[in-house]
Amino acid sequence: MSLADKTAAQLQEMIHTKETTIAEMAEKAFGRIAELDSDVDAFLALDQEGALKKAAQLDEVAMDERGPLFGLPIGVKDNIVTEGIETTASSRILEGFNPIYNATVVEKLNAAGMVIVGKLNMDEFAMGSSNENSYYKNTKNPWNLETVPGGSSGGSAAAVAAGEVPFTLGSDTGGSIRQPAAFCGVVGMKPTYGRVSRFGLIAYASSLDQIGPITRTVKDNALLLNVISGHDEKDSTSANVEVPDFAAALTGDINGLRIGVPKEYFAEGVGEAAKQAVRDALKVLEEKGATWEEISLPHSKYALATYYLIASSEASSNLSRFDGIRYGYRTEKAGNLLEFYMNTRSEGFGDEVKRRIMLGTYALSSGYYDAYYKKAQKVRTLIKQDFDKAFEKYDVIIGPTTPTPAFKIGEKIDDPLTMYANDILTIPVNLAGVPAISIPCGFENGLPLGLQIIGKYFDEETVYRVADVFEQATDFHKKTPQVWEGAAK
Amino acid sequence: MAKITKEEVIEVAHLARLAITDDEAVHFADQLQAITNAMELLNELDTENVEPTTHVLSMVNVLREDKAEAGLDRELVLKNVKEHEAGQIKVPTILD
Repeated sequence: MSLADKTAAQLQEMIHTKETTIAEMAEKAFGRIAELDSDVDAFLALDQEGALKKAAQLDEVAMDERGPLFGLPIGVKDNIVTEGIETTASSRILEGFNPIYNATVVEKLNAAGMVIVGKLNMDEFAMGSSNENSYYKNTKNPWNLETVPGGSSGGSAAAVAAGEVPFTLGSDTGGSIRQPAAFCGVVGMKPTYGRVSRFGLIAYASSLDQIGPITRTVKDNALLLNVISGHDEKDSTSANVEVPDFAAALTGDINGLRIGVPKEYFAEGVGEAAKQAVRDALKVLEEKGATWEEISLPHSKYALATYYLIASSEASSNLSRFDGIRYGYRTEKAGNLLEFYMNTRSEGFGDEVKRRIMLGTYALSSGYYDAYYKKAQKVRTLIKQDFDKAFEKYDVIIGPTTPTPAFKIGEKIDDPLTMYANDILTIPVNLAGVPAISIPCGFENGLPLGLQIIGKYFDEETVYRVADVFEQATDFHKKTPQVWEGAAK
Repeated sequence: MAKITKEEVIEVAHLARLAITDDEAVHFADQLQAITNAMELLNELDTENVEPTTHVLSMVNVLREDKAEAGLDRELVLKNVKEHEAGQIKVPTILD
């Protein structure tokens, strides 16, 4: 019996026909994690006891009370708090932290009857594009264990690619769901800002952060977004808008769809293979009745600088709460309170986190505020207007997710600016706040490439519909990585 | 473009409550210089008459009823505290 290559619908069918049970499925997930995760290193904490107990209880629930994801295993990125399961955001400063409540999305997973198996590795506080900034371990890309899985949701993407779990949650501030999804050959959605509650998401940059699903297929992704979406009183930035049935949007019909293709996403620095994969994808969509035109998002080249100023400024404020007093790491070396704070934070935070806290503190400090922070907020307006204008004429915007496929571990870690350049195609989307998905669209040297489909505010439905049409017409999502060879299914 | 000095980095680190060594200050000064140099690109744009964006959705003044609700249980809140006594969090001496 194989579970790793199954969709949610196929897994439900196996449960309904009694080919398997929810408890057996959870056991299989832990078995596969035990077998593969010593190589992939996607998981931090596992909750085997809690998950198996819950799975056995779920098996007792009547079939007609179960939803589409009932009983299915899921992993959660480690910056989303889970009551009773250690949550660190991959930082030393939260080592041993055991949350006393659940994030709203975790409550929603529980309400849908999903089985949380454990927490997934990431770049510390979601700052990074390779998972090399985790205090605990380096997650590897299942397609080639010498390459990075991307980041910051690298553990979430790698766990799905390795077939350890069919579903994970990630978070995306500048590309942190889409870039690792592209690198690992899976489907990752960053919903519209405000679509999903951030209550219980450990904040990095509050005006950009958004939680979203990572899965092997577009349909499963839509089903998981159905579960986690919706207004939440506990997050005043969550939007009070209707949540449609995203899975119902997959009609297979994109006849008359208008696609804008930004020339800036094909600029210097974007690899030929990534460009060609997108051109080929556009041909597939044309055959299905869509039309496309080249467009311009003229402020794209300013997005990276704008992002690092805004995100670092917000981070410097958000991360001031980590002081060693109420929870988390506490220094042993302190003569007075100031030394206590300074030593706790210096020993608890990694280099990239310190760099961004300092950049943010600098950008917000007296004399530099207007030149850096306020300037960046103004340019953010221009970037947002680029999208507003394009969406007057086009239904979706399509380009590559990343300039290149996954790079080697260690290759970029010493040069922050080169590392940041990974995110040039994903960052504008967060600044504007619109939704975007990455789906598999090709390979370069055996490593996956991602197609990015960007939609209008709160129009995830069209994004999913286009993604599904492409997925149904191609077989990139059916390919399996190196670590699957010989592994128990 | 202003040159970021070691002294400035030490001052910023202090504001951010980070203890850094002199060697680290030199290293961070170089890196922050390179990063802020890259940020200078934004000065190409005239943003004189552009409103800043602090939030992408057009939401204002999200209010709720001012209603008292039970807070978290004290025992639970102390669960992650390293040192506590009689329901209070212990911190180092701050006055000599």
